[in-house]
Amino acid sequence: MIRRVVFAGLLCLGVTAALGWAVLERPMPVENLPERVASAMPESGVEHPITAVLLNFRSYDTLLEIAVLLLAVVVALALREAQPDRPEQMGLDNPLLRAVMAWLLPLMLIVAGFLLWAGAYQPGGAFQAGSVLAAAGVLLRLAGVSAGWLDNAVLVRAGLALGLLTFLGIGMLVMLAGVPFLTYPAAHAGTLILVIELTLTLSIGLTLLSLFRLNPPYADDPDDSRTQEAPKP
Amino acid sequence: MSGALSGYLVFAWSGVLLFGLGLFGFVAHRHIVRRLLAFNIMGSGAFLVLVGLAQDGRGVDPVPHAMVITGIVVAVASTALALVVFRRWYRASGRTDLPEDT
Repeated sequence: MIRRVVFAGLLCLGVTAALGWAVLERPMPVENLPERVASAMPESGVEHPITAVLLNFRSYDTLLEIAVLLLAVVVALALREAQPDRPEQMGLDNPLLRAVMAWLLPLMLIVAGFLLWAGAYQPGGAFQAGSVLAAAGVLLRLAGVSAGWLDNAVLVRAGLALGLLTFLGIGMLVMLAGVPFLTYPAAHAGTLILVIELTLTLSIGLTLLSLFRLNPPYADDPDDSRTQEAPKP
Repeated sequence: MSGALSGYLVFAWSGVLLFGLGLFGFVAHRHIVRRLLAFNIMGSGAFLVLVGLAQDGRGVDPVPHAMVITGIVVAVASTALALVVFRRWYRASGRTDLPEDT
């Protein structure tokens, strides 16, 4: 144990020193990316550079990252054990949480919508809005509220795949107009990006929420019997 | 080198420190959940370095920022997936650490 800690300490110091040296002696980037992004902004369809990079200039990266999210939830679905979903067993079913939820839930939905819309001209966008949506869903579940439509496997799977499919579909649709994959015509870029972001928000929110829901809090014991927890001394 | 401790590098420095801390935890602990937490701290450090170095005096570079924002969501999803796998592992074997070949 001591050897492990000493080894970890030495390794950590060495790597930190190397990283610090790399930060100090970093080379100046040859390509002036901020300027290139700024000069391409007018044809991107949005006004915020990060959203433009995410969904227009480097949308291929974003497409693959959405695919990674979908892959994660598919693997989690495959590893799930067959057990009934029982939100009332979450153990947090207290009246205070429910009362706070009644205030928080509408606010969270409004914030998610605002973040999605604001992404066009200030920090915000599909990833942030999707995270807020997922947080609302997790809170609902912690409060013991069951959402019936989330048990509909076909509906949930369609929702999970919606973002990636829309992204791919729009990316290929523009090929009909004779431009390369995922290149939006400047005239319609804003609308296309908004459609993609809307579906991405729903899918990201549903993905994160599903990953949480797939893990009911019981059935963890190796011996398959839910034994009474012994009081701690 | 002048400007090494200037204001905009404070994020990169914090990221370097976080990465080192996370690496220490990752190697020193054997419990898989602790390792997962340490790994997430390392990831946060990497994100901070990326964001902190994205400003080089010619304006803020939006490309690393866009990468980090997707990276955060992917990191959350992969952490959740890791927890699913860990729970299955614990249920199947009753162990909270992984066997090591020494």
